[in-house]
Amino acid sequence: MKTFLLTITAATTLITGAAVAQDAPFAREIKVRQGIMGYRTMNLAILGAMAKGEVEYNAEAAQKAADNLLAASTLDISMLWPEGSDDFANTDTRALAKIWEAGSDVGDKAQALVDAATAMQSAAGVDLAGLQGAMKGVGDACTGCHEAYRASAN
Amino acid sequence: MGRILLSLTAFAVAGTAAAWLVLRPLPLPEDALAGLDADVARGEQVFRAGGCAACHSAETAEGADRLVLRGGKRFSSPFGTFVAPNISNDPVTGIGTWTALDLANAMLRGVSPDGRHYYPVFPYASYARVTLQDIVDLRAFLATLPADPSPNAPHEVGFPYNIRLGLGLWKRLYLDDRWVVTGDLSEAETRGRYLVEALGHCGECHTPRGALGAMDLSRWLAGAPVPAGKGRFPNLTPSKLTWSEADIVAFLTTGLTPDYDSVGGAMAEVVEGLSGLVPADPAAIAAYLKRVAPAE
Repeated sequence: MKTFLLTITAATTLITGAAVAQDAPFAREIKVRQGIMGYRTMNLAILGAMAKGEVEYNAEAAQKAADNLLAASTLDISMLWPEGSDDFANTDTRALAKIWEAGSDVGDKAQALVDAATAMQSAAGVDLAGLQGAMKGVGDACTGCHEAYRASAN
Repeated sequence: MGRILLSLTAFAVAGTAAAWLVLRPLPLPEDALAGLDADVARGEQVFRAGGCAACHSAETAEGADRLVLRGGKRFSSPFGTFVAPNISNDPVTGIGTWTALDLANAMLRGVSPDGRHYYPVFPYASYARVTLQDIVDLRAFLATLPADPSPNAPHEVGFPYNIRLGLGLWKRLYLDDRWVVTGDLSEAETRGRYLVEALGHCGECHTPRGALGAMDLSRWLAGAPVPAGKGRFPNLTPSKLTWSEADIVAFLTTGLTPDYDSVGGAMAEVVEGLSGLVPADPAAIAAYLKRVAPAE
């Protein structure tokens, strides 16, 4: 009986926990888009390590990372960005409401990332100098969107 | 009785004269820039390293608009709110009529062409270390930028800080063109020191300030609270900034941290301004930062 009760309690806790997690608005969209952001970061880190000289330049590995970065930048992820999925609705995100406001140029910012990732994709597998030269463009694209549409970290 | 009054008057006059001697603006000699020729291309490097656009461009300026130095950005402080002036080429609202000597007096001595003290929100406490040649070059580069007629807004500063003559005393106490980091520095570290302590005026945000708002040089680059804001400007000394020199160079040139997050806040504008510096300069800054005394 005791075990049974414990099991019931545990199950209830699990269900409640799951319900709470689902109750947070846009929790799923936010989690998935942060995953995609993380995958971009992961590939950018491979390129950055070579650019800094922390890891020896390897054309094949660089090309693969740049291909992945471009792929992760060109996905249609509009379904992950429903209007209102901002830092006011859910504190797990730093996305600002102005993404969806009139006059938003978030599409241009996204295109800037595609352009920079495309430049990286053509340069990364050629030589180290090309890879290094393309890092700034990618960094600028990250900063451009984050400074406009991401809440400050502190 | 008459004699006492006379003595008192003489005393008051002498006191006022003495106060004036202490508090008066101290411009450079008229011939301070004699023999220096301007180089516009070098002036652009000075402009970028000096971060002029970060304060003097409009709040939302991006791209080419960052070169329209029409002012208007607001800076909160414990002493009031300061508004960046128009330093575009406009002859009336900007600095279109300024000579190189005017710019040198502003940057090195904190003195306006009409002989008034500037508030040290204009970072002359750092620019005091800038070379005269760099200022001559900078003047020439600024002359190539657009004119903009935007009017200047007054600073919102209350008593007693609205008495500008009092800044003469502040300067007596704190205006110091000596280097903070001394000792045997390599060529790169020396260049880095010039970029950090003089042109880049990094200490103005990253060094904590004392009661009268002067940088506490004993805690050089040890980090400081953001005035009237949240968070802190980070500690850049080796006790906290453990990034490699390559990490620092990558951050200053691409805006990417070692975690590949992007630079945030006011520093994003600094990184934007630094783009276009010769590659040796970010490396020099990184080399210098490793020589700063660790501070908690």
